[in-house]
Amino acid sequence: MGEALVMDVEGFSIPRRVIPPEAVPGELERLERAVAEVSEELARNRDAMNRDLGPKYGAIFEAHLMILQDSGLRNDLRELVRQKCYSPEYAVDRVIRRYAELLHKVRSRNLADLLDIEKRLLRTLLGRPREDLSQIGRPVLVLAHNLTPSDAASLNPDFVKGFVTEVGGPGSHVAIIAAALEIPAVVGTGPCLGDVASGDTVVIDGYRGIVVLRPDAETRARFEQEAAQRRSRAAQLASLRDLPAVTPDGTRIQLLGNIEFPDEVQHCLDRGADGIGLYRTEFLYLGAQREPDEEDHFRAYSKVVRSMAGKPVTIRTFDLGADKVPHLPDPEEERNPCLGLRSIRLSLRHVPMFRRQLRAILRASALGDVRVMFPLVSTLPELRHAKMILGDVMEDLAEEGIDFNRRLPVGIMVEVPSVVVMIDRFVEEVDFLSIGTNDLIQYTLAVDRNNKDVVSLYNDSDPAVLKLIEQTVRAAQRRPLPISLCGRMSASPTYTMLLLGLGLRQFSVPPSAIPEIKRVCRSVTIAQCEAVARRALTLETARDVTRFLRGELKKYVPEFMD
Amino acid sequence: MSEAKATRRVTVANHTGLHIRPITLVAKLANQYRARIEVVKDRQRANAKSVLEMLSLGGQPGEEFLLEAEGEDAEAAVEALARLFAAGFHEDEAQTAF
Repeated sequence: MGEALVMDVEGFSIPRRVIPPEAVPGELERLERAVAEVSEELARNRDAMNRDLGPKYGAIFEAHLMILQDSGLRNDLRELVRQKCYSPEYAVDRVIRRYAELLHKVRSRNLADLLDIEKRLLRTLLGRPREDLSQIGRPVLVLAHNLTPSDAASLNPDFVKGFVTEVGGPGSHVAIIAAALEIPAVVGTGPCLGDVASGDTVVIDGYRGIVVLRPDAETRARFEQEAAQRRSRAAQLASLRDLPAVTPDGTRIQLLGNIEFPDEVQHCLDRGADGIGLYRTEFLYLGAQREPDEEDHFRAYSKVVRSMAGKPVTIRTFDLGADKVPHLPDPEEERNPCLGLRSIRLSLRHVPMFRRQLRAILRASALGDVRVMFPLVSTLPELRHAKMILGDVMEDLAEEGIDFNRRLPVGIMVEVPSVVVMIDRFVEEVDFLSIGTNDLIQYTLAVDRNNKDVVSLYNDSDPAVLKLIEQTVRAAQRRPLPISLCGRMSASPTYTMLLLGLGLRQFSVPPSAIPEIKRVCRSVTIAQCEAVARRALTLETARDVTRFLRGELKKYVPEFMD
Repeated sequence: MSEAKATRRVTVANHTGLHIRPITLVAKLANQYRARIEVVKDRQRANAKSVLEMLSLGGQPGEEFLLEAEGEDAEAAVEALARLFAAGFHEDEAQTAF
């Protein structure tokens, strides 16, 4: 719960600045100057249009000019600054919002005209396009239409206490970064920015995916109480930190952390993680001005490997589309980016870039227990090609006399259904597997997890997904091969019994989820879990599976209420 | 001086309704008169000299409004405005771009 900072579609953020009374005359003058400036701008546009295209085109600017000169509008603006000591920006926001509501009510098609005038005014008043998220210096909750991953990555968790975006889904990159930064977030709310202004009080419940705008006293009290309960539960869970994740019948479960930024190692250590099961390396590319060189990679990797002091660190190679790498040639327009040139496919296409990353990973392997993992592999030749390049890089390093682990374990993410179909062959050519359920679900059910119109099909509980996991685990057990699961599913206590019952003994989860998952592991026997898994595999719909799993969790670990 | 009053019933006669362009024409015309002029729909009133207020009133094709003017040139004002409404805001001639 906190103060909202609204970034509108254009990216303006309007600070609620109540100005001191003595500043009113100066601010009024600033407001008048802005109105005069925008008026001139509109008059210039009108004249240019009249001249170039004829009066009917200039008329729109004439209309805007008349609205801006409207004495009612200007009085409203002045009153808010004078009487309520609002900053001119905030006054503009409030007044236009009020008129916009009236226009909306009569279904006027001219709402956009009004908003256009607002934008001109704000642009003139603010004189800058977008408040830099990294510069926020007070605690706020950010509400935006969308945040690019680099926006999200530049959020400072000391001040940004939560965020909401209108677009995106629970598995989107923005959501992953929010989890990494341990910021409560709700993504993909649909249109909501029209109903909130900067300065409003907002509650973000990242656990349930609920946003409450301007909560009443009762609601506030309820959320405050709940937050206090969560804190005390977290404190309880923290007491598990030094206890191993062992089931009552003595099976040791490995809980590893998913991380994106080197600093998150501390989150993992704080929760007693057994290692890093997924080290995403995309942050090196996102928002970078130039392509990261070998040293950039090495610095990041070696920091994590050293901090983990001998515990395993699984580094995943580049897992994004070409659009995220500014220095690569512009990708052909891709109709289906998630079926396009990305991830390992991109690495194999741009070998020098791939080799730089592999060299850094190999060098880091001399410092601890490093493993490398290729994402989005869909065929055996892709895997072989990647391994061949890795072999080349190893030879180069050996010739240069640079130290590295010659037996660096090589694994793949299992996230494309074709790999599950061919899993018996894949297990012969890798040292470990990691099931990435986020993408596996998307590709199995053919559903874009960022598209809110179909996202309801995207479900961790889908029976087809459970069967694919089962098949993969069986193949790994036959070999036997270490196998972990690193999708969102592994971080939800709902699925822990099922996954243990299917035979998984390693989970890689956001560090914040480690204590809860550990609690479940310490409460259930493998026999109980196997019974749960057997029953779950007989169910036919995602809904039935979810309902069943929630019921079982409640039965065995009653303290989980949601 | 006693204020002259005038009223006239008008209909939105163009195809596109009372949107920003016709409203601009109404406001420009209204501003040529000294009288206070209001456009009334049900219980809502808008100053005919304010584009913004009229926008907030809405106005679908065929909807009826009452023009009310008060001031020395009230009669001339409602007369001129009624003609503008009746002409459908000259929309067909203007081939409006928006």
